[in-house]
Amino acid sequence: MVLLFEKLGDYTLYYLEQAGRMGLFLCQCLWRVVTPPYRIFPVVRQLNFIGARSIFVIFFTGGFTGMVLALQGYYTLRKFGSEGLLGSAVALSLIRELGPVTAALMVIGRAGSAMTAEIGIMRNSEQIDALECMAVDPWRYLIVPKFIAAVISMPLLTAIFDVVGIFGGYLVGSLMLGVNGGTYFQGMYQSVHWVDVEMGLVKSLVFGLLIVWISTAKGYFLHWERSGGFGAEGVSRATTSSVVLASVTVLIWDYLLSAIML
Amino acid sequence: MRQEKKIDCPAVIELIGVEKVFGRQRVLDGVDLRVCEGTTTVIVGASGEGKSVILKHMLGLMRPDAGRVEIFGRDITQASARELKAVRRDFGVLFQNVALFDSMTIFDNVALPLRERTKERPQQIAVRVEELLQMMDLPGAATKYPAQLSGGMQKRVGLARALALDPKIVFFDEPTTGLDVLKSNEIYRLFHHTQAKLGYTAVIVSHDVPKIFKLSDHVALLAEGVIQGQLTPEEFQRSENPLIRDFVETTMGLIYSSEREEAALQ
Repeated sequence: MVLLFEKLGDYTLYYLEQAGRMGLFLCQCLWRVVTPPYRIFPVVRQLNFIGARSIFVIFFTGGFTGMVLALQGYYTLRKFGSEGLLGSAVALSLIRELGPVTAALMVIGRAGSAMTAEIGIMRNSEQIDALECMAVDPWRYLIVPKFIAAVISMPLLTAIFDVVGIFGGYLVGSLMLGVNGGTYFQGMYQSVHWVDVEMGLVKSLVFGLLIVWISTAKGYFLHWERSGGFGAEGVSRATTSSVVLASVTVLIWDYLLSAIML
Repeated sequence: MRQEKKIDCPAVIELIGVEKVFGRQRVLDGVDLRVCEGTTTVIVGASGEGKSVILKHMLGLMRPDAGRVEIFGRDITQASARELKAVRRDFGVLFQNVALFDSMTIFDNVALPLRERTKERPQQIAVRVEELLQMMDLPGAATKYPAQLSGGMQKRVGLARALALDPKIVFFDEPTTGLDVLKSNEIYRLFHHTQAKLGYTAVIVSHDVPKIFKLSDHVALLAEGVIQGQLTPEEFQRSENPLIRDFVETTMGLIYSSEREEAALQ
């Protein structure tokens, strides 16, 4: 019994400690984002990595998400005889919900995992210690550019996702299923308001921050991992747990933000 | 008796009663150590005694549970991140596993401290990096990646990077571990050469007894969590301290009698 309490307390302390560390990490990073020196080139490099190189995958997932939405939406809407609402159904679901979430999940898989692995390996092979010993701030050098780039990239990627998705929906709905093209876009035009776009924008910004925060912190604190952050296996475990944690956090925050903003 | 003789000199680094506990293991139990300006101090001891831990305390990568670590008379255990950064500006470090940035070329590795810490123009940096690589006998390695170099070459790149900003103190964590005799001697030669040229203070953690003694002004044995004596190599060999005697007997019985080894080091 005592052992159980001891274990419980141990776990609680560990997770509290981890939460505190992550919180401080975020504060440290945000502080460095807003204070000089500002450096453009590293941010551009990260924008290329997180943003530009994700466009292809976002394009595909966006397109197919829109297409399947149209397919499923058409099936449902036809039951009520309201195929004309297909455009607004696809656009609203994409802009308010599926766009930010799916784009975030894709970025987690593509860039988030890579960030954790990269920083984790640097931590493991003492490269971060080396930076510190050279009086180079590892946060500023490694993490701040990723923060800025992720927060800039996410809304843009989400926008691309939405637009491609809407055209994917048009492709299936109008060209395959025979919904009138004008009705598709007219419905969308009438039902999508600025608040919907705003919701998607806020979500994508928050998701961008969450992704980069979790992915970089998981790598940076690899040596504190309870399961042992050593060697290749340590990095792989940290990467897995960062992808899982980031995905779950994104979905939880998606619910919270939807609940707040509705 | 921990310290057989107090070293009297202007201290660059001074550890006073440093204690560190990991879980249930008391690794450092009141370490006192004094590193004099311009000298070479070697910390020896069995594996797992905590030699690297001492080094990490000097670098400010670890904070002691008790005691003080003074660098240039300034206690870094109480220092803020900014103060620590200021102190580290005078540091050069050669890590045990070199810790080169493996996704950057050799050129970028050596250039990194110059780019990040100085306002020099790219052309000046290129000249300086070339100069450092020449000094380390690494011509033509600039465009390669660390993984494409041998262990000995990596160590030399590490040394070039450590010396890029003319540091006042250079730390070496096991500089020759994993290298054969010739490569080790090469590293020692470069060390000797660069120290004579740049005049830095050196702290070396090493296993390579007795060879390392030839380069050192002071030798300190870490055993049972304390420094068992910080002495000149000759004094160290003749020490009455049972732990030092034990260490000397097991590791370096023949140090001053092998002429061949003497010649190899010249």
